[in-house]
Amino acid sequence: MRSAFKYKALATLRRFAIFLLVVWTVVSLVTLLIELVPGDPAVSVLGEQATPEQFEQFRQKHGLDRPPFFFSFPRDAQDARHFEWHGSDNRYTDYWVALLQGDMGKSFRTDCPVGKAIFQNCSTPENAPLSQKLEALVNSRFGSTVQLAVASLVIAVLIAIPLGVFAGKNRGTWMDNIASAIALIGISLPSFVIGPLLVYLFAVKLNLLPPSGGFDITYLVLPAVTLGAALSAILTRMVRSSVIEELGEDYVRTARAKGLSETKVVYKHVLKNGLIPVVTILGLQLGVLLAGAIITEKIFGWPGLGLLLVDDGIGKRDYRVVQGCVLVISITYIVANMLTDMVYRWLDPRIRVS
Amino acid sequence: MNRLTYIGLVIVAILVIVAVFAEWIATHDVGATDLSIRYLPPSLQHLFGTDSTGRDIFSRVVFGSRISLQVGLIVVTVSAVVGTLLGALAGYYGGWIDRFISGYVFNVFMAFPGLLLAIAMVAFLGAGLNKLIFALCIIGWVGYARLIRGQVLKVREYDFVQAARALGAGDARILLIHILPNAIQPLIVQASLGMAGAVLSEAALSFLGLGVPPPAPSWGVLIEEARDLSTLQAAPHALIFPGLAIALTVMAFNFIGDGLREYLDPRQRTR
Repeated sequence: MRSAFKYKALATLRRFAIFLLVVWTVVSLVTLLIELVPGDPAVSVLGEQATPEQFEQFRQKHGLDRPPFFFSFPRDAQDARHFEWHGSDNRYTDYWVALLQGDMGKSFRTDCPVGKAIFQNCSTPENAPLSQKLEALVNSRFGSTVQLAVASLVIAVLIAIPLGVFAGKNRGTWMDNIASAIALIGISLPSFVIGPLLVYLFAVKLNLLPPSGGFDITYLVLPAVTLGAALSAILTRMVRSSVIEELGEDYVRTARAKGLSETKVVYKHVLKNGLIPVVTILGLQLGVLLAGAIITEKIFGWPGLGLLLVDDGIGKRDYRVVQGCVLVISITYIVANMLTDMVYRWLDPRIRVS
Repeated sequence: MNRLTYIGLVIVAILVIVAVFAEWIATHDVGATDLSIRYLPPSLQHLFGTDSTGRDIFSRVVFGSRISLQVGLIVVTVSAVVGTLLGALAGYYGGWIDRFISGYVFNVFMAFPGLLLAIAMVAFLGAGLNKLIFALCIIGWVGYARLIRGQVLKVREYDFVQAARALGAGDARILLIHILPNAIQPLIVQASLGMAGAVLSEAALSFLGLGVPPPAPSWGVLIEEARDLSTLQAAPHALIFPGLAIALTVMAFNFIGDGLREYLDPRQRTR
């Protein structure tokens, strides 16, 4: 008993250590990526025409005048590189110290704090009442992406479970083949093909839904379907093979033998057990959705994190914004994965020990 | 192998022929614009129609296959070689290399969305074909390393490996001649699925403007150019044909991968 407890505690501790390690790596990567920028970030943001004073002022304001890391190899007067030690007085520790206080730096372009641009709105006043701040969070870049991800998750589940159960129940028949073919097409068609196709069908041809550029429920439908399509295809295959596997179990025979209707067998018994692996995939896919949302948001102009990253960050070479977006997307992804892992372990005690 | 695998092989064969002989197959100059013939529907003259600047979409799709296959091949080859090497070292020697690779690298890469890392890298490096390939290799090799490490851990305990060691074979000989040839089979499956992934990622990054810069006829660029409302309205074929090309290619490599997996792992055949 005691050793089982010890084992469990150790396993939890190990997972937490890995979590911290991953977060540390992500923050370090994001911090150091800015060193990859060819040339000087100040030049690429301000342009060649800016005066030396402007460059100096810019570097000072964003801390770019400080050494990049604990050590560096700057060129000396003879153009030879030599080792220089800076100690803790560097940009890497700056970023960490600020981050631990919830500060992701200021946008290179607008001077708006990146954290505010992601989780609130640049115009939200600092002393706004809590209700206003909450509203800002829901409508923020982050909130918009979460809305999109959740909506597409719901759509994917609504498509995948009936289709997967149907295909699994009728395995090997032409109905199964059709359902599987639909799923296959969904996997092979990337969102940047499905998205514009949906725009063409529903906005251009049928004139049912607005194509892009707004922020309410009607604008959410097409992006959510686009983002959910690939996921529903993957889920359909999962549900199908899960149902097939569970249908061969003893408890199904028992349930049938005691005279339950086939519908009850499938939906009450098989689905309940078959959904366990599906939950894992769902959780893992939530992270993929967040990353995939970048492309979908770009297609539909949905004002989420992805659009902020691509248009405001990468498009305008606002490297602070890119850092902030990559950081927030990654951490959300990592936390989503960890939560899934916990739910999975809780659902299925068989894997708790292994 | 099932019927879908053969369909996949046929599609890939056609694709390779198209890419290799693109100059002869393309009917028009890829870059030639002519505003007087913009938005033409598909016809015998222009098999896939023309786009918003009067370029022949068929020729652009044909040349686009070159970019896709080139990126796919390079990314898969480099990732597979690097992944195999590091995975084999980790699996064979264990110790700190293994602790670093399987304990740290695998966990970090598993916890991180690959596409986001590629996007971030290209965002900071600047767009371009070589940088895109580099970014895709960085995120690609880990899958191969995981696979090979697991295989090597299994194979190195086999009797013939012990026999080779008893006969005095060195580490390099054991690893290269005895272990790797017996561990490498699942790599083919992974490589085939990896081709699908690389083709898809290239198109996605080019679509976002982070890959091959326009006017190069990458399929992702073609779709990006075809998706504004006026083009959609006037020439939906400008979107449909490149989209079809991507979908068919990805599907074909997935078919081959799935088929090979079933073929190599008989336990899955019954499913």
